[in-house]
Amino acid sequence: MSDPSGIHPRRVWSSLWLSVGALYFLLPLAATFLFSLHGRKGGLSFVAYAHVFADPQFSRTFLFSLEMAAATIAAGLVLMVPTALWVHLRLPRVRPLIEIFTLLPFVIPPIVLVFGLIRVYSRPPLILVSSPVLLVAGYVVLSFPYIYRTVDTGLRAVDLRVLTEAAQSLGARWLTTLFRVVLPSIKVALLSAAFLTFSVVVGELTLAVMLAWPAFGPYMALVGRDLAYEPAALAIISFLLTWGSLLLIQSFSRGLKGTTAGGVH
Amino acid sequence: MASVELIEITKRFGHQTAVDSVSLRVEEGEFVSLLGGSGCGKTTTLRMIAGFESPTSGRLLIRGADVLGVPANRRGVGMVFQNYGLFPHMSAAQNIGFGLRVARRPAAEIAERVAEMLALIHLDELRDRFPHQMSGGQQQRVALARALAVRPSVLLLDEPLSALDAAIRVRLRTEIRSIQRKLGITAIYVTHDQEEALSISDRVVVMRAGRIEQAGAPAEIYNRPANGFVASFVGASNVLRVTVVDPACGKVSIDGQEISTAKPILKSVGEELHLTIRPESISLRNGTSSNNHLRGTLESVVFLGSVVRLVIRSGAMELIVDSFNDPQAGLPPLGSEVTVGFAPQACLLLP
Amino acid sequence: MPVTSLPAEGARRARLPFPSWVGEWAGLLPFFVFALAFMILPAGVLLVGSFQDARGGFTLINVSHLLRPAILRSYLLTIEVSFVSAIGGALFGFLLAYSVTLGGASPAVRGILLTFSGVASNFAGVPLAFAFIATLGRVGLITTLVKAIFGISLYDAGFNLYSFWGLSLTYLYFQLPLMVLIITPALDGLRREWREASQNLGASTAQYWRHVALPILMPSLLSSIILLFGNAFGAYATAYALTGGLINLVPIQIGAQIRGDVLHDPNLGYALALGMVVVMTLSILGYSALQRRAARFMR
Repeated sequence: MSDPSGIHPRRVWSSLWLSVGALYFLLPLAATFLFSLHGRKGGLSFVAYAHVFADPQFSRTFLFSLEMAAATIAAGLVLMVPTALWVHLRLPRVRPLIEIFTLLPFVIPPIVLVFGLIRVYSRPPLILVSSPVLLVAGYVVLSFPYIYRTVDTGLRAVDLRVLTEAAQSLGARWLTTLFRVVLPSIKVALLSAAFLTFSVVVGELTLAVMLAWPAFGPYMALVGRDLAYEPAALAIISFLLTWGSLLLIQSFSRGLKGTTAGGVH
Repeated sequence: MASVELIEITKRFGHQTAVDSVSLRVEEGEFVSLLGGSGCGKTTTLRMIAGFESPTSGRLLIRGADVLGVPANRRGVGMVFQNYGLFPHMSAAQNIGFGLRVARRPAAEIAERVAEMLALIHLDELRDRFPHQMSGGQQQRVALARALAVRPSVLLLDEPLSALDAAIRVRLRTEIRSIQRKLGITAIYVTHDQEEALSISDRVVVMRAGRIEQAGAPAEIYNRPANGFVASFVGASNVLRVTVVDPACGKVSIDGQEISTAKPILKSVGEELHLTIRPESISLRNGTSSNNHLRGTLESVVFLGSVVRLVIRSGAMELIVDSFNDPQAGLPPLGSEVTVGFAPQACLLLP
Repeated sequence: MPVTSLPAEGARRARLPFPSWVGEWAGLLPFFVFALAFMILPAGVLLVGSFQDARGGFTLINVSHLLRPAILRSYLLTIEVSFVSAIGGALFGFLLAYSVTLGGASPAVRGILLTFSGVASNFAGVPLAFAFIATLGRVGLITTLVKAIFGISLYDAGFNLYSFWGLSLTYLYFQLPLMVLIITPALDGLRREWREASQNLGASTAQYWRHVALPILMPSLLSSIILLFGNAFGAYATAYALTGGLINLVPIQIGAQIRGDVLHDPNLGYALALGMVVVMTLSILGYSALQRRAARFMR
């Protein structure tokens, strides 16, 4: 019945499931945090965090991953924004084809992708396997579906065709239109795409470890093998970073209905 | 025993009163429309009869039995929704048979009843079609058949035609009325379209802000509106601000011109009132000398097909006059001085 | 590249010396080149390689190696883990999504759940593994709490985080939110009129679910389960970080092949990759087909 007054069995069950869900999700976070505070015997302290921050490898690998993320964001946007624009304005009928392409990274999971990349690019004519270009290319493959979908949703939301035609009828040339009309309109989408790519790249393990790069993901795995409490501290730091950026996305994509689900596992 | 009886039904949502002490008696076989704008409480009232909302206070009787506490799936009322509400994964036949299937009737009985209902709505050829393969009008007829299949005691219709095109609306409302008459079933129909309400109801109940403004036969509502709201909501109306000149003889004046209403006025000289006249009651041809006459300038002429609508202005007074389109009779030129006439009985005075 | 062309008065668009359709597709060239170079080519090389022997001739030997008991077991294990985490994620994700759509939770709670799911579904890999180790590992919080309060040692009782069930439980952490995100729109799409109409026609709540709601939701539910399955099947980082490569999953096997950790037989690796791509393709096809069916109802 749609009358919501009073205690309803349905509401009781809902509260139950939500509580159990909250427990399942918050417990590991709480446990990790508590665990990370056990660095020193006999009490809680942030000593594990201190160790982590003091480790030169931490800053080196983190910086490396940041650089990779920046390169991926740049490459991804430069590649996908014009593509999305082209599809939206010039060739809408190719949209289903592009969307099939965005499903390919699901069909070719990172472990298979990196296998293929190594196989192809470790022999002539193009030996890229020791170049960071390959890593960035791999990351672009992983993140381009999100970038495309976010930008596409942003373009649809502002009805770009009308805007560009209006700009043109007022005399703007295409470069002006691009930089003065198009990009500012999809600012939010671009930011979302950037933050999402950032969170995907920074903690990524599969590609980085197989291509043997000193990235943040492999560093964490290494720490996990040798130390006890530092991994927990790293996990918390990583949570804060990725969740922070993802929450930022959620907060400014309030109006955008793009999917940001799924990720690198 | 009335079919449905509402006794001082009130419904409050938090601090908002959606339905305010509404009392109504609907007889067996009667077709009653609840007419009003959005937020007037007509849909809430209907949903309370159906059992989807519970009244905050008051009593609700269906066929003499108090249905307070009776859940919606046991009230024996049929409901037709604005958005049809057809189950998308079932064919027309399966939709229509749903109520019987849920009541675990034998398959043969269900099949027979479904065929009967399809014949009633003249859509036998659609029996295996799915909702997404049907037009809006077809879906609504199937929804009607579905509601009637379980032989409800009352049929409730919540703005069933609002989602349809104008042409289909007229056709379908006639069909609904004829089916209702044929089956002799009580119907309560919610709409905001007054033409719809007037054309198919036995009685119209005009609602505003949760209250009943007037309830009566269509002609009565139209010709003898109880107050200014009903007068302007139902049909077009001229509303003029007039000043009392002679209360005993019922004379008022506007813009220096005098009007006789032929009824004594319970106000004193110089007080202001509102006077309403229907546009079709005013005529360009002056008729008998006992009629009222008003002069003014012909400001505009709008051709509406069968009706020609004239706007006549004099000072602050604006008068809308509707005449039947008569190609033989010419109309005065725009901007010319015209005189129109209307019977004193056509006037209605409102505070 | 001009985005739309409104020719200035009197001017004509410059004629390119190619047929007109070339110009149409020119702007998409960078994307297609990229996709070809870094997705299709690598995948293609693997798939072709799985049908080649050491000298490059056509052979089905590698594919036949997939039927080796050890390999079959790893496929089976991966399928089981994926299936369990998919079903578990689907079930509990459905209950959570139900709670915030039809179940009457407040809009604030719904907002929190959806935001959290958006974040958590992206969250996997090394930090997730660490989190679960800190919770249910041998000296994890819950393990020690249970021992302290109830005196039971989870690990003595047979529980092991670094096993099939532990892994599935860990996978749930990103499967559940994914389910919530996918199924919430479907639940929102259950129109109120359907529920009211079914009540009006005499159906009880159980009958409504059995005859109306579940059949309408079924394509969405099935497609979600399939998507979750594929999601788990391809997962590498979490499994690796949690079990150090000890659990014999297909992604782990492929990883081992890449690093040359085992008897170096690259063609077997290709065959494993082929098998994985086949599973993922079937998943995405199943998902798309069912989603299209679901969309039909939600109009």
